[in-house]
Amino acid sequence: MKINVKFDFKVCCITILEEQLNKLNIPHVVHGPGEVEIKKSLSSEDLNTLSDNLNSYGIEILDEQKVVLVERIKNTIEEMLEGDEAQLLKVSSYLSDKLNYSYAYLSNLFSETTFTSIENFIILRKVDRTKELMANTNLTLTEIAFRLNYSSVAHLSGQFKKTTGLTPTMFQKIMKRRKENSQYSS
Amino acid sequence: MENNKNILNIALADDDMDDRMLFEEAIEEIEIKTKLSLYNNGQELMDALNLPNVILPNLIFLDLNMPVKNGMQCLKEIRMNPNLKGITIAIYSTSSSEKDIEETFVNGANIYLNKPNNFSKLRKSVERVLQLDWQYHTSNLNKDNFLFRL
Repeated sequence: MKINVKFDFKVCCITILEEQLNKLNIPHVVHGPGEVEIKKSLSSEDLNTLSDNLNSYGIEILDEQKVVLVERIKNTIEEMLEGDEAQLLKVSSYLSDKLNYSYAYLSNLFSETTFTSIENFIILRKVDRTKELMANTNLTLTEIAFRLNYSSVAHLSGQFKKTTGLTPTMFQKIMKRRKENSQYSS
Repeated sequence: MENNKNILNIALADDDMDDRMLFEEAIEEIEIKTKLSLYNNGQELMDALNLPNVILPNLIFLDLNMPVKNGMQCLKEIRMNPNLKGITIAIYSTSSSEKDIEETFVNGANIYLNKPNNFSKLRKSVERVLQLDWQYHTSNLNKDNFLFRL
């Protein structure tokens, strides 16, 4: 027997965080998947235990200021791509408003730390959403283009081809064959 | 420890010595810090991956046509092994046959890179592969859909 599952990563992450923090009786407020406010000062022993426990879920406690800011940029982009109101704004003003840094600073920091520009990352993220919707839903490409706020299906399929080197049709064919291939249906 | 985390471990299996040398030169010119291990054929690569307590590469470049064990066989073995499943695989081949490309993707390759015919293109392509790999390891991107043809 085989079942297919779909994840809401945000819910998964927050639930795991809550469970692990409660397990150690740490008073806290979760502000989002990437930020937790701890309501007391933690002993280094508690912090290590928490860090180890979270590590087994692939969750890492970040300590470096730059890395934290890059994560916040990525999370903000994530929110922007999901929300409706944000689509109307320019990425640069959206990020600098939300994070209170100049876009030039954020953009330099991002490139320096991740070796990719914010613009390229956004395209990669949108193409990843497109792939996800193509592989896991029955939406047509036109519907996906509408949902992800592309001006047209031609624009989406052009950006897809340019970024991935594959046409959407080719991608779908490969994913379909992978699913049929039993070793991938784990 | 801190530093090691920022170094990308890369392996290349290719039976052509010139190709290995060019690849090594290209990767040295790239800003992303890497540690490269070279293998002369697929069997050497697989033997290395199966050593006990080995530090696994994050990313493997695989030539398709190699003696002893070819790239396709390596790809299948890697994808069937739960310990190795998470490694990014970039096929690095002269073949641009649509059939080869599709087959490698179906069998779990993440990137298909045609061997470029000049050094500057090679450097650019390898850099792009490293960037993509980096993003897939550090961002919330779905690795199941990690498919690119360069």
